[in-house]
Formats: sequence, C-alpha cells, structure tokens
Amino acid sequence: MSYNFAYLDEQTKRMIRRAILKGVAIPGYQVPFASREMPMPYGWGTGGVQVSAACLTPDDVFKVIDQGADDTTNAVSIRRFFEKTAGVAVTEKTTEATVIQTRHRIPETPLSADQILVYQVPIPEPLRFLEPRETETRKMHGLEEYGLMHVKLYEDIARHSEIATAYAYPVKVEDRYVMDPSPIPKFDNPKLESPALQLFGAGREQRIYALPPYTKVVSLDFEDYPFDPSKAAHPCALCGAEDSYLDEVIVDDAGGRMFVCSDTDYCASRRETGEAA
Amino acid sequence: MITVTDLGKSFTLHNQNSAVIPVLEGANFSVAAGECVALTGESGAGKSTVMRILYGNYLAQAGRVVVNGLDITTATPREILTLRREVLGYVSQFLRVVPRVPTLEVVAEPLLSLGVAEDEAQARAADLLTRLRIPKRLWPLSPTTFSGGEQQRVNIARGFAHRYPVLLLDEPTASLDAQNRETVLSLIEEAKAEGAAIVGIFHDLEARERVADRAIDVSVFTPRKIA
Amino acid sequence: MTPLLQVRNIEKRYGARIGCADVSFDLYPGEVLGIVGESGSGKSTLLNCLAGHQSPDQGEVIFDTRADGPRDVRQMPEAERRMLSRTDWAFVHQNPRDGLRMRVSAGGNVGERLMAVGARHYGDIRQTAGDWLSKVEIDTARMDDRPSAFSGGMQQRLQIARNLVTGPRLVFMDEPTGGLDVSVQARLLDLLRGLVRRMGLSAIIVTHDLAVVRLLADRLMVMKSGHVVETGLTDQVLDDPQHAYTQLLVSSVLQV
Repeated sequence: MSYNFAYLDEQTKRMIRRAILKGVAIPGYQVPFASREMPMPYGWGTGGVQVSAACLTPDDVFKVIDQGADDTTNAVSIRRFFEKTAGVAVTEKTTEATVIQTRHRIPETPLSADQILVYQVPIPEPLRFLEPRETETRKMHGLEEYGLMHVKLYEDIARHSEIATAYAYPVKVEDRYVMDPSPIPKFDNPKLESPALQLFGAGREQRIYALPPYTKVVSLDFEDYPFDPSKAAHPCALCGAEDSYLDEVIVDDAGGRMFVCSDTDYCASRRETGEAA
Repeated sequence: MITVTDLGKSFTLHNQNSAVIPVLEGANFSVAAGECVALTGESGAGKSTVMRILYGNYLAQAGRVVVNGLDITTATPREILTLRREVLGYVSQFLRVVPRVPTLEVVAEPLLSLGVAEDEAQARAADLLTRLRIPKRLWPLSPTTFSGGEQQRVNIARGFAHRYPVLLLDEPTASLDAQNRETVLSLIEEAKAEGAAIVGIFHDLEARERVADRAIDVSVFTPRKIA
Repeated sequence: MTPLLQVRNIEKRYGARIGCADVSFDLYPGEVLGIVGESGSGKSTLLNCLAGHQSPDQGEVIFDTRADGPRDVRQMPEAERRMLSRTDWAFVHQNPRDGLRMRVSAGGNVGERLMAVGARHYGDIRQTAGDWLSKVEIDTARMDDRPSAFSGGMQQRLQIARNLVTGPRLVFMDEPTGGLDVSVQARLLDLLRGLVRRMGLSAIIVTHDLAVVRLLADRLMVMKSGHVVETGLTDQVLDDPQHAYTQLLVSSVLQV
C-alpha cells in the first residue's frame, strides 16, 4: 500500500500548516483545527502526529520520545509510522534530529534554531478543570481574565503548603496568553524559552498552539511562593548527571530502586563520551 | 420650624370598593423653635396621622408641610431621608426591634449614621441609657426580650441621641413609672431650651401640662362632609 | 451630587410580552433601593438588565465610574463591563451555588476577585480572605473547606464575602434570603444591614419579601406586570400605599 507523504493528504497538511502559522503569530493562543481520523485512537498522540506530518519534508531527520525514552512501545510505533509513510530518516540522537515529537518531556540537550519540537497534548485548556464551560474559557482568554489560574495555585498552597502542581504547570506567554505546556514536569518549564520552534498538537480536543523561537515564557506563581523547577536530590545512577530529570526504576522485588535519566539519549550520549563519574 | 398650610389627608382603599376615608381637611398650624405643641383630640381624630405626615411617613393629599425650610409634600425621598437623619427625629409608640442588634448600638445608630465617631456615639448612648435607668448589663443585649417599658425607654434614648432641631413624640411617657416619666420630661425640656421645635401626643395630662406650651385640637381639621 | 446610577427608560420584551418597561430612576451613593413584586412582575428581568446579565431592548444604564465619570454601561466594551462587575459591582444570587465556585475552597472563592485584579501575594490574599470570612461570621477554620460542605446560610454569607472583598460601590441582590430558614434569614439581613451601612454601599435588592425591604431599603419600587406602579420611601409606601396593587400586597402580609 502506498501512502501520501506523511500519511495525510496535501489539503489537510495545508490546513494544519495554516493553523500552525496562526499559532506562531499568536504565541500561546489555542487555534482550533479540523483534526483528522488517524490510524491510532485518540489519546495516543494523534495531535502530535498530525503536526509532525504537516511539518516533515523528505530531508528531515525525525526523532520520537515518550517521557524521555526513544524505546517505549509508542515512541517506536510512531517512529515506524513515519518511516513507512514519509520515508524520512530517523534517529535517537537529539543533536541529529530536525523534527522531534515528544510526549511529556523536553530533551535535556539544548535545542537549536534549526529544530522543531512537537508536543503531544491531552487537554490544551489550562482552565478546563476549574471552568468547564468552553464559552467561558474562550472569553477569559480573549479578555485576559486569568484570576482563576491563580485560584488553582492558591488552592494548591492551601492544601499542600506549596504549589503542588508537578507537571503541566501553567505559563504566561509573551505577557498575554496563559498556556498549558502539556504534561511536562515543571522541571522542564525553564526550557520552554528556546531557540527552537515549539508546536503543540491536541488531536482529540482539536487545538494547535505554538511558541515561536525566543518567546518569553513565565511560569505562574505568587510573590511569596515563587516558581521552583525543583531538582532531584540524586545524580543519575548510570551517567552521573546532576542536572537532568530522573526516573525512578525498581530493580528487584526487594524494593531496590535506582534513579536514572529520563532522557535516554542524553544519558547514553554522556556515557559514550565518558563523562560518567 | 414647622408650617402646615391647608393640609388634607384621606385614604382610598382600592381593594374595598374604593372606599374613601377622609381624615384631615384644611389643617393649618405652625410650630416655632423652642416651642412644644401638643396635638389633642379624641382617638381617631387624626393625631398620629398628622405626626406621620410631618415625618413623611404618610402622603398628603392636599396642602403644604414645610419643616426646617423643606416642603415635605414635594420633596424627593433623598431629601426626606436627609431631613430625618439630620433634622427631624421621631419617637413612635413602638420600638421596631431588629433582632440581634445590641441596645447600645440601637441608641447610637442615629449618631453613627451622621458620621459621629463610634466611641463618641456610644458614650452619648450610654449617657442616655443611664439616665433612663436601663441597667448596664442589658446594653449588650438586643431589646427584643425587654419589657414594654424598657423598650419604650430605649426608643426614647434613641430619639434623643442626636439633638434634633425638630422632634415628633408619640406618647413618650406611656408605660413609664413616675421616675422615668420625670426623666423623659426633663429631656424634653432640655431639648426645648436648646431651641428644638417639638410636636407631641400626650395622653398623660400632667405631662402635657408640664411641657406643652399650647395645644392644637386636631378634630378641628376633621372634614365636615362625612356622609 | 452625581447619582451613582442613572437608569432611563429600560425596556425588555419577549416577543409581544413585556418583561419590564418604562423603568427610570436614580440611585445615589449609600442608598438602598428595594424592588418588590410578585412572580412575573418583571423585577428579576429588570435586575438582570441593570446588572448586564441580559441586554435590554432600549434604555440607558449610566454608572458613575471612578476613572471616567458617568458612562452608559451598555455602550461599554465587554472587557470593561466584565471588569466593572468584578470590582465596582457585585451580584448576590438567590441561589448561592450560582454565585460560588463549589469546587474551590471558601478562601479561594473569596480570594478569586482579588487575584482577578492582580493580587499576587499568597499571604496577603489569605489574610484578606480570612478577614472577610470573619466579617460574614464564618469560622476561619473552615477557610479551606469547599462550599459544598456548608449550610445554605453559610453559602449565602460566603457569596456575600466573595462579592464584597473588592469593595464594590454597587451591589445587586436577587432574593438574597430566599430559601433560607427564618432564623438564618434574620442573621443574614442583619449582616447585610451592617455591611451596607459600614461600607457605604448602594444596593438594589429584588425581593418579594416586604420584611426584607423594610429592614434594608431606603426607597421602594413596586412592580406589577413589568411596570413600576408605585415608588417612594420604603416606610411611606408600606405604611401609606396609594396604588391598588401595593395596598393588596401590603395587606396580604400576615402579621405575626
């Protein structure tokens, strides 16, 4: 069976690119788009896949990570999907990729202006759980009424003595729109200010939004409870990195555990070049 | 201070076959500063009606009522409210009790609404309550549970808290024992001495003799044409 | 003195049916206006038109704004109108659930308006919220509880705190004591009375309960079938009603 390049037809890709351009023109603003039926169910990255499909060209080098790892089932599936439908080269190395699709993490290796980072987004609306009405949230974004966002943080502090939001930590973009950066750990928030183009796709919710390169992104907080990206107390057990986000891995059935870099490529690269402790 | 010209009052009961009940016609009288005038006449002659009209509580069907320069019959509600706050006091027969408000605050309220500082207003209220022999332990309580006489004394204290230039008193000495009656009469005399114009209804003849400079028989204003 | 609110010729129709018509009045700072009438009188329609929840078919609602003086609220851009309703205006709903976020804590509910106008210090917000809970006689220990755990009277008091925290100058109230037990009503009315007086608020209160207006309102408007049939000082309208409908209304109240 032969597919059109990157599976989607040309008209669809044009529609998605228009939405992307609109998103780039209005950083942080959720642009509605006509999300297509993809050969994977909703909730499995259809938004990210559609954005990637619209961005890929035959010369691109494509990387997929799922919570930092290149080798999970879903990352492998999506990578194979584009190998098959677009014929693009694929890689696990962040430095070699031109388009990176990610679920719930930003790569540790700093990105460059030649790269596009595509995020998979479950719920694009940061206000959704406090204000279920779409009509209201649209007005709030349109009129820049974001008091409710701080109510959420207030509730966190009241309940947990600190802003307990550990992932999908809301940010204010270019001093205008409040955005959900997708369920990345708050540890990654500082990396949202980047020379790369960052695109966010929510397939089920049918929204695309964007952070153009060098966009100002500020994590919301209170004056007396400032944003803290938080750092792990341990270095990576494999490569010794002290500045990366760690996964906790259970190693035996006696409760033994170790902490390793969530970003598999970062960890492997460090070990390769012998920077391990 | 008060000039009543050609005042007429009747009630039209629309829901009872539009029955018309005329009460007053062609009432004329005036009250000067420092004067106390007693309204007399039989029960039902319209004494309370005249009082209520003076206070703006009842509307007049005809004539003019000028209190301290303001014609009540044509004044706006705002103007009457201001008049009631600053100039015109009214001690009715019954204390309309708002539950939960302590007695001290009930008496201080007219001063508080004039912007008087809280401690000063409370001091004046305390003064009056003491003079009227309301025990201090009752001051933090709401007058809801007080006896009729106690409620009346709280009512009077409230009426005299601010030195109103015009005072309307409806049976101020009813339900009071001799001692307290004496106190109230003194309060009235003091107000007179300060130049207040007072209109009162006194069923108590002695009280009337004591404080009223003259009497106005309201039955003179009863309409002749009652079928 | 400039009126705080000038209402001119408000009319709202539903097809051929009149919701309310020909309503004009002025409201000054510190004044409380009661609007009474039975079901279908148009009082709620009028309140919604004044507060911006509904759009009248004609008429003006001119509010004396702090920054620019008297302005017709209907001509304002929506963003400005919404800002007004979060700062200088307040709306107390009959059902507190309509005026609260049931899944946000009491403190969060009260703090929301502060955060909406830019408050960014958690400690200060919490302090102010706590102060207000005390003012409406809610135990501050319950500050982190959700309103779904409160009684009806507590919810209503919380709604009031939430509305008054930004120091509005004009409060709209729609049957504020409706559905509450009598003793709870009394407490709420007393609270409102105190707050209105101490904060110098102006208020427009819609109710069918004459005892509420007698206690809270300086002036009264009686509505029937969409029209204002009588208006004046509260005590005068209730003690010496002129219009047939007002007389009927007043005489229908049982004396206890």
